[in-house]
Amino acid sequence: MLKINDLHASVEDKEILKGINLEVNAGEVHAIMGPNGSGKSTLASVIAGKEEFEVTKGNVVLDGEDLEDDAPEDRAHKGVFLSFQYPVEIPGVSVTNFMKTAINESRKAKGLDDMPANQMLKLIREKAEMLEIDRKFLSRSLNEGFSGGEKKRNEIFQMAMLEPKLAILDETDSGLDIDALRIVANGVNKLKSKDNAVIVITHYQRLLEYIVPDFVHVLHNGKIVKSGGKELALELEAKGYDWIKQESLV
Amino acid sequence: MDLKDKLVSSFMAFENNVDVDHPVHDVRTEAMKNFEIKGFPSKKEEAWKYTSLNSLQKIDFSIFPKQDNALDYKDVKKYFIHDIDTYKIVFIDGIFSSNLSETTHDGVDICLMSSALTKPMYKQIIDVYFNKVASKYESLTTLNTAFSREGAYIYIPKNKMPKKPVEIVHFATGNEASLMLQPRNLIIVEENAELQVIERHQSLTSNEVLTNCVTEIFAAKSANIDYYKVQNDVATASLIDNTYINQKSKSFVNVHTFSFGGKLTRNNLNFYQNGEYMDSTMKGVTILGEKQHVDHHTLVHHIEPNCESHQDYKGIYGENSTGVFNGKIIVDKIAQKTNAFQQNNNILISDKATINTKPQLEIFADDVKCSHGCTIGQLDEDAMFYLQSRGIPEKEARALLMYAFANNVLESVRIPELKARINKLIAKKLGVNLGFDL
Repeated sequence: MLKINDLHASVEDKEILKGINLEVNAGEVHAIMGPNGSGKSTLASVIAGKEEFEVTKGNVVLDGEDLEDDAPEDRAHKGVFLSFQYPVEIPGVSVTNFMKTAINESRKAKGLDDMPANQMLKLIREKAEMLEIDRKFLSRSLNEGFSGGEKKRNEIFQMAMLEPKLAILDETDSGLDIDALRIVANGVNKLKSKDNAVIVITHYQRLLEYIVPDFVHVLHNGKIVKSGGKELALELEAKGYDWIKQESLV
Repeated sequence: MDLKDKLVSSFMAFENNVDVDHPVHDVRTEAMKNFEIKGFPSKKEEAWKYTSLNSLQKIDFSIFPKQDNALDYKDVKKYFIHDIDTYKIVFIDGIFSSNLSETTHDGVDICLMSSALTKPMYKQIIDVYFNKVASKYESLTTLNTAFSREGAYIYIPKNKMPKKPVEIVHFATGNEASLMLQPRNLIIVEENAELQVIERHQSLTSNEVLTNCVTEIFAAKSANIDYYKVQNDVATASLIDNTYINQKSKSFVNVHTFSFGGKLTRNNLNFYQNGEYMDSTMKGVTILGEKQHVDHHTLVHHIEPNCESHQDYKGIYGENSTGVFNGKIIVDKIAQKTNAFQQNNNILISDKATINTKPQLEIFADDVKCSHGCTIGQLDEDAMFYLQSRGIPEKEARALLMYAFANNVLESVRIPELKARINKLIAKKLGVNLGFDL
């Protein structure tokens, strides 16, 4: 589904990604771990199409199509979803209205009419229930005054609404207490199918107890320096990242 | 003949039509003398540094319109807040339109300045209030005073509240090649009374229009006034709005100014706080494009202790538009415990757009809280990415962010139908259909 080939990306002439190769197939869960500053969030942003980053070499291919010329919204319409580490506050625009806009813009891009209002409401209600989101929450301004946990839960709610092909969860576990973590992880697991894929970016192994990965990759200094099965996450948890850094120097 | 000369000679013609024995005649004559000496303000004056009236003065404006203009309500319905019932004081090319208006004398007076200035029953009120808060020295205000004849007259007696909001609407039909209008409004809200006003100036053609408007507002003790200025005129219409507000103790006056259109707009908004424990609020949303120019000049004069003022102006400037915000706050020495807040935030969405923003604080008391902040920025790129990554295209994402930026100014609009209308104007101005009513 996703194929990343020798991806190099820079911001303001500083190279952050230095040759990433990654292949994600439908039905798989991949975890990307690594120390601070290794390029995890940059990788997520580059896949989602953030213009601040310049791809200097290599490419990102989704279902055989190079995404190079696609704006973030085009990628979203093709099924890429990024759950943000720091979701942005939009005062005056309710969660419901925001979702209506997002869904109908995606439909418009696919040549479909707006979703009928009653169908939209039903869908919103259903997904909110799945994530144990109170109905009052949906009429609040998007992310404004939300707690860290509420913001993350709202990200997964948006993911549930948009039903992406490829979901990238960027540090979704940070700022979550154990109950919120469980709710969020359950949500992600319910959305998983043989037709979609998830990339989980995290610092810690904790989230991976709930969202069990098929593959774990360690990112260091802009490169994937080690890949393995889910047991690699445990090893990292036990040993820290220092041994990876050591190894990669060799 | 330049505009000043034309106005001076027109004044003589004008005087032949009015009652020279009326005390207002002397007020007008005095005012004309002042204008003759001062003339139009030039860019050399600090207060007019960023707004030039030069090109307007070259236009051969008609000072007195023909009297035979009529409009069908269905043709101009869209300029009214037509989904609610309102009192209406409507003028067509400066002439009162009884056809489009709905005035009243039922417990409150919502009617015409021309009546108030000529009928003996209003003489006492005119003596007490007319030209008492408006400046006797500012040249454009005195020009308006010299020609003051028509406009809205509103008198709300003690403890009264009109059943519905009042709309003051001025239409220009384009029957004149170019027309200068000088409406004069007088609004008196007595003790513990309330009033809501929506004011709009609307040209219906591409002929040049210049409106030099003066509004005097008196808010007595514990009075409550909401005043909304909707400025969304065509690209050949210019407006110089001079609003003077005299407030007494425990009164609340809120003025919202929505500036979305016009060629040149100058808002001179002046608050004088003559009493204690009152609140003056000024809010504005300005969204401009093309070569539009809007200049907000506010003044709050804190004369007595224990009062508050709040100013919050948001501006979004695109294409070649230019904006000015100059917020002056004066706190007199005895005006202790004053709280004065001022905020002006701007977004430039074009390299060619400019904004000049300046706080001007003159504080003579020592126990006060005054804050001011001006910002000029671009749209937050991270926020843009967030919205786009949800499938919202760039243009719509921009519009959503600009709407969010202006939103807290809209929250205090207390007429829901007006708020809905302003939201629609904003969406239209931003050129988007967001799939829901903002």
